[in-house]
Amino acid sequence: MRPQDFGGAATAWHLVFAAWLVAAAATLGALFFGEVMRVPTCPLCWYQRIFMFPLALILPLGLFPFDRKVVRYALPLAAIGGLIAVYHVLIVAGVIPEALQPCTQGVPCKEQVIVWFGFVTIPLLAALAFAVIVALLSVAHFRSPK
Amino acid sequence: MKRQVLFFAAAAVLLLVFAGGAVLYRGQQNQQAAQLAERNREHLLRVHSPFYGRADAPVTIVEFLDPACETCRAFYPAVKQMMAANPERIRLVLRYAPFHQGSDRVVAMLEAARRQGRFWPALEALLAAQADWVVHHQAQPERAWRHLEGLGLDLARLRAEMAAPEIARVIAQDLDDARALKVTKTPEFFVNGRPLPSFGYEQLKKLVEEALVASQR
Repeated sequence: MRPQDFGGAATAWHLVFAAWLVAAAATLGALFFGEVMRVPTCPLCWYQRIFMFPLALILPLGLFPFDRKVVRYALPLAAIGGLIAVYHVLIVAGVIPEALQPCTQGVPCKEQVIVWFGFVTIPLLAALAFAVIVALLSVAHFRSPK
Repeated sequence: MKRQVLFFAAAAVLLLVFAGGAVLYRGQQNQQAAQLAERNREHLLRVHSPFYGRADAPVTIVEFLDPACETCRAFYPAVKQMMAANPERIRLVLRYAPFHQGSDRVVAMLEAARRQGRFWPALEALLAAQADWVVHHQAQPERAWRHLEGLGLDLARLRAEMAAPEIARVIAQDLDDARALKVTKTPEFFVNGRPLPSFGYEQLKKLVEEALVASQR
């Protein structure tokens, strides 16, 4: 093993790798819902995709060779995506009212096609994924050698 | 190098899970769709529906059609060609699925034209001129009228008969059957009661060919 494989760098690498795993799983999961199960994608879901999909590409670019600066580029995406997901979860929960809209071909964000165990919805999964990515990347930032 | 192996192994596992899940899910959906069509056979064919070809043809294609739907227009010549290639062996039954706004009024025009024995010419004229009377995915029946001229139709009579309650009933029944068969997009095809495994011209052709072969036995 090379010297940087030990200690801080190794840990930071694995943390970013774990964040990528979450981002890649979330990306493929979103594609599965949309393209395979044909669950309609509401506007807020699109914004969350905009912040999740690039993570699946940017993070591996920072893994080979390991570049701790990847956190700097990826963390804002994950943080903003997370905020949108939390906002969406609150709309679904009815905490924030969605403005009345005329019926269109599109899907209202409040309507949830998929509900597992009575409370797991797609925006909740997205919020969890973003939160885990933010946590992993933050720790990676402090663990990596300056 | 170990890290590269770890990364590519993880990527491969994720992609395999995705692909495997997709194949499983699609298979399950197709099976369910076939069962649904089987259970709802009575929703598939109604005596009121217009059809093209011999009534006793061995292969029946049921098409749920919206005259304002672009893909329906694109498929129409292909289906006609398929029928011409197998004369007297294929029957096309049309069911209405006027999902576009305003399209139900155009369907009523077609039904009124049918009372004058000019259904197919009217349908073909409207499909050919679709770009003119469908504006931003909304059917505009008043723009469709001029395309019915010159087809030998009594347009005054057609206008009067469009509002017939029987025609409204036919449209309501077709929409109801579409709902029962979970037809949400047009065109949707059923070949001798079997739905397409996935949407596409090749899939339709394959299903029709299979039905033709099966009918020869």
